[in-house]
Amino acid sequence: MQNWQNLAYLGASVLMIYTFMGLAHPRTAMRANLIGALGMTIAILATFVQIDVWPLVLIGIPLGSLIGAILALRIRMTGMPQMVALLNGFGGLASVLVAGAYLIGQPSVDLQTNVATAASGFIGAVTFWGSLVAWDKLEEFLLKGGPILFPGRHVVNVILILLVIGLSFALVMDPTRTSLYWWLCLVSSLLGIGLTIPIGGADMPVVIALLNSYSGLAAAATGFVLKNNMLIIAGSLVGASGVILTAIMCKAMNRSLANVMFAGVGSEVTTGPKADDVYAGKIKATSPEEIAMVLDGASRVVIVPGYGMAVAQAQHAVKTLATLLEKRGVTVDYAIHPVAGRMPGHMNILLAEADVAYDKLLEMDVINPSFPQTDVAIVIGANDVVNPLARTDPTSPIAGMPILDVDRAKTVIMIKRSLSPGFAGIPNPLFAAPNCLMFFSDGKNAINDIISAVKES
Amino acid sequence: MEAFITSLTVFVLAIFVGFEVITKVPPTLHTPLTSGSNAISGITIVGALIAAGSSAVVGGPKIAGGYTLAEILGLFAVVFAMINVVGGFLVTHRMLAMFKRKD
Repeated sequence: MQNWQNLAYLGASVLMIYTFMGLAHPRTAMRANLIGALGMTIAILATFVQIDVWPLVLIGIPLGSLIGAILALRIRMTGMPQMVALLNGFGGLASVLVAGAYLIGQPSVDLQTNVATAASGFIGAVTFWGSLVAWDKLEEFLLKGGPILFPGRHVVNVILILLVIGLSFALVMDPTRTSLYWWLCLVSSLLGIGLTIPIGGADMPVVIALLNSYSGLAAAATGFVLKNNMLIIAGSLVGASGVILTAIMCKAMNRSLANVMFAGVGSEVTTGPKADDVYAGKIKATSPEEIAMVLDGASRVVIVPGYGMAVAQAQHAVKTLATLLEKRGVTVDYAIHPVAGRMPGHMNILLAEADVAYDKLLEMDVINPSFPQTDVAIVIGANDVVNPLARTDPTSPIAGMPILDVDRAKTVIMIKRSLSPGFAGIPNPLFAAPNCLMFFSDGKNAINDIISAVKES
Repeated sequence: MEAFITSLTVFVLAIFVGFEVITKVPPTLHTPLTSGSNAISGITIVGALIAAGSSAVVGGPKIAGGYTLAEILGLFAVVFAMINVVGGFLVTHRMLAMFKRKD
């Protein structure tokens, strides 16, 4: 029986590896996801051979499935960052509970298992509370979305880490004192909150990717507790995925992970030019009619979406405008900055929802060389990722960050509600550039007004 | 110790496989990658099921309704892991359905 179960687990592991392989292309991705679900089903069924007390299992599975299904079917595409954050957290919490149950029900004498138990509790609790804070910041339920810096936070976090180490050590030495485990989880919970609360706004993609990685590592640690290789394989795949995404996000901002996590960027800016000096007398406000005229002579248009498009839910209007322009023989592409939005790939999901073909969504490195041949760049709800200060001002908080070179297009149309700075808190000289027209409006209304004006022209 | 070394071997090799495979995922699929890998991290469901329903593996004194504390913790773990699994795969499916070419 044991051998059959292990073979089934091996099969499930292979299917999960295949899931990640299939995600390499949009064409195979949907099938890959279904295969992953099949692997998970096999894993669950194979575990049933060990079950002899059924009631709780038969309550838990349908209840969890129902809640999961409701969440997944009701969430709107604009709410996806919150959903991902929340799911990360539940994975972490499950690891905390499983390791705790094993500690109580099957006290282990070997050192490795005790270390793995402490690791499951620690990583799981950090993941759960970190994710709840991330969810809350995205939802803006209790806390604001930006960074929240409390005085002495570094000291508090260091003390919490020392407590975690001390409690883990005590637990590993004497696992019969199960209360130590719950203390460890409590302190780790505080640490999860303490580490996540100072990060916010445009740094959220990094937080989401990092928590994703943690949820995988928590599962892998639980695998060590259970001595189950399938959990270890699946957990480390997820861990690796999160680490890769984290690295990509950090690189796209030219910042180290330590800087993202601890510097509290986005709260205040002390260096660089003042907004009034940059903008004084140089801002050209425009109208839908003028934009329609500019678009009339264009043969290539690039749309640059940012978080503002998600907030305004303007993706469908953007697609309508693009279709209208394409019917008039204009080439329309989309330029996607890796950290645009609040999670990795956020803009791609929103535009896919609006039926934009994925091969029109171009990555930064691909589209940047073509901006000088672009007649009009329409920037909707993006700011820092198109700020030329990243190239020119070495003292700026975004210095060295790779940006979309929209300033090199013949005309730039910035759709923005005001001249307010982006997350980095610095002015954007692009707004004052001779080739830039500012259209002050809400994203969705702006695009709809442009659509009407183009139709009339 | 031997079992641990085997597990550690699997862990290290799986991380290498993960890096190799996941670097090939294009940026356009980074959100489905995050939510799909989320669903897969719900693999803890296996441990949750054993905790909730396998008296041979996880025991302890009974506390409420004839169930042990470990089993009740297991029940909560089953619920949260299943939310993760079903919610993760379903939401990923919804997203990927939007990526199908409509031509």
